[in-house]
Amino acid sequence: MFLNVGPAHPATHGVIQIRTELDGEIVRKADVEIGYLHRAFEKHCEEATYTQCFPYSDRLNYVSPLISNFGFAAAVETLMDLQVPERCNYIRVILSEISRLTDHLTCIGASAMELGAFSVFLYMVKAREWLYELIESVTGARLTISYGRVGGVKADLPEGFEKECRAALKKTREVLKEVDELLTGNRIFYDRMRGVGVISASDAIAYGITGPFLRSTGEAYDVRKAFPYFVYDRFEFDVPVGEHGDNYSRYLVRMEEMQQAIRIIEQALDSLPEGPTNVDPEGEIIEPDLMSDLGKYGKTSGLLKNEVLIPPTLQGSEKRYHDRVAAPSKEAWLPPKEQVYSNIEALMNHFKIIMLGHGLRPPEGEVYFPVEGANGELGFYIVSDGTDRPWRVRCHPPCFPIMAALGSILEGDQMADIVPTFGSVNMIAGELDR
Amino acid sequence: MEIDFQGSLQTGFFTSRMDKMLGWARKYSIFQYPFVTACCGMEYMSTACSHYDIDRFGAGLPRFSPRQADVLFVVGTISQKLAPVLVQIYEQMCAPKWVVAFGVCTCTGGFYDNYATVTGIDHIVPVDIYIPGCPPRPETVLEGLMLLQKKMQNQKQEI
Amino acid sequence: MEANITLQKIQENFENDVIEVHSRFQQDTVVLASSSLLQVATFLKEDPELQYNYLMDLTAVDYWKRKPRFEVVYHFLSVANSFRLRLKVPVAEPEPKVDTLTSLWPGANWYEREVYDMFGIQFTGHPDLRRILLYPEFEGHPLRKDYPIKRRQPLIGPKH
Ligand code: SF4
Repeated sequence: MFLNVGPAHPATHGVIQIRTELDGEIVRKADVEIGYLHRAFEKHCEEATYTQCFPYSDRLNYVSPLISNFGFAAAVETLMDLQVPERCNYIRVILSEISRLTDHLTCIGASAMELGAFSVFLYMVKAREWLYELIESVTGARLTISYGRVGGVKADLPEGFEKECRAALKKTREVLKEVDELLTGNRIFYDRMRGVGVISASDAIAYGITGPFLRSTGEAYDVRKAFPYFVYDRFEFDVPVGEHGDNYSRYLVRMEEMQQAIRIIEQALDSLPEGPTNVDPEGEIIEPDLMSDLGKYGKTSGLLKNEVLIPPTLQGSEKRYHDRVAAPSKEAWLPPKEQVYSNIEALMNHFKIIMLGHGLRPPEGEVYFPVEGANGELGFYIVSDGTDRPWRVRCHPPCFPIMAALGSILEGDQMADIVPTFGSVNMIAGELDR
Repeated sequence: MEIDFQGSLQTGFFTSRMDKMLGWARKYSIFQYPFVTACCGMEYMSTACSHYDIDRFGAGLPRFSPRQADVLFVVGTISQKLAPVLVQIYEQMCAPKWVVAFGVCTCTGGFYDNYATVTGIDHIVPVDIYIPGCPPRPETVLEGLMLLQKKMQNQKQEI
Repeated sequence: MEANITLQKIQENFENDVIEVHSRFQQDTVVLASSSLLQVATFLKEDPELQYNYLMDLTAVDYWKRKPRFEVVYHFLSVANSFRLRLKVPVAEPEPKVDTLTSLWPGANWYEREVYDMFGIQFTGHPDLRRILLYPEFEGHPLRKDYPIKRRQPLIGPKH
């Protein structure tokens, strides 16, 4: 019998079509069709300047957008040979791990819901909500954050972030404990997950699968350990591995990874460096209108050193902390608005970066930069031709190889097993189809 | 006093009362079909779960079969490959039906104006409520839902 | 530096096929003639010192107006040694064509379909070369530089 699952099927969170060939309840052949969310990410990036690519990269993996943001930023930085400040790297690590948490929470919550454990879903989304609020306090948005920048991040952490973050993590831990009690030993859950959707380590490697999906088979490859980026090499954390390569192992790996993510964040918060700041600029702060008046009367002496006070709404945060989170390079970083309004160098600098055809211009060349996304290795391959627009941006989506293998994983399992297996893939259509 | 039944039907008194009552009944028992494709789905989840609790508005039960649903939530970008599916789902729904465009991608296409996406679902299905935002915050969604309820209450009801 | 043995070994073994070798940005890159792609890939995978067990990524770049026009780009990873290697194979118009790697890595299947879909590059020996992200009626290959981003498809019509 032939049966068609999707593209609009209740249990597929994300649009995908699986054409199955059934023999009774057993799936004999499964043909996976993707591409229902192709939004031309790569083509759009070719049309945009480097900075304009960030909003598109948010929408790649919309469950953990910060990771793709930073991945793209880091790729361009490698191309430009930029060093970002210590503090910025720490912020990137902290926010990446928060993103990983939200991703795994959603994944486990949704797949538990599909197996009937609806309360787990509610608990997990509740925890995710706390983390979203945290992210919102830093970036100004809940989901589509556009917080990464080439050479830094958009703004420094807000005041009191550390306290809020620790509190949210503590509450999240409690939720994890609760979920652990509800699911891990749950007979129904166990029976539906154990021994279902099995893949061997060698198959996983042949398909190019990385991330929790690979680690559930016993392979411990993790980009954060193998090719440490940002400052991941300074933290202690374990890479959890599973044994069986089935859905249950993947569930356990994800649960443990969340604990490790919390561990990393807490270490990073402990050692978050202050770094150089220019909180005390020379000269007093004056109102913008006042400044132009003074200039009109020819009283220009000392104006250069002055900073204009601008309302925080213009940028969403206090920009005078910029030095802590931005690379010192004038080629990459927009000068703080206060300076743009008050001195000519900063104005010119701003102009150069914003003007069409000037902008951020990495040298000719190509780089591939991998980061550990929530689903596995997320790589950005960028080809620059020396202009202000990338010649080619390629995103290596971690769930693409998993989806390629999905057809063969499903074969031999029962029809009802499609749902938990597909849930444990954690397919994110945005990054799969781009 | 004798009621001129025929006459009141002609003047519309009776039917308008009926409209009101049906509207009142319908607006508090919204069975929605979430057609979730992309990032907006995350905010849809947040709205539906306990934190924002869409159940307060009588829309707590998503139905995953178009035949049982009366409000179609189109959540997320619709690509041209997916468009026929959306149209089919819309056609399968029984009247009366309403469509909510959730997120700017479904309203106008947003910044995805390219060879692969549908720039606004109103090209292919009629839309009742547009909820802008990329993604809309849960509060916006709730406001959109209330607008929809208003519309349901005040419109002419099909029976 | 350990990582450089890959480049050395490739140069030694495939002297005539290597067009260029460099490690800009500390990323080892080999440009290779397309005829020997399969041999080099097999060598990379099976050589006991290298053990490139992963085909991490496979994509293409359209260098419009440059000859040869396309380049198919492979990223390999060796987990055991923590090596990465980029292999680039130039392909010329009018019939861009390379050998498929599906026999070595089944994961190459979908990547190659994507490259075919987006660039129209043919993979000889591929078991199932059809469009993957777009639909069969789609005309043209959108990631080619001569495909404008807003071109509408005949099936869709100009309005949408
Ligand atoms: S409106 Fe924005 S958040 Fe919603 S689907 Fe479109 S791009 Fe994603």
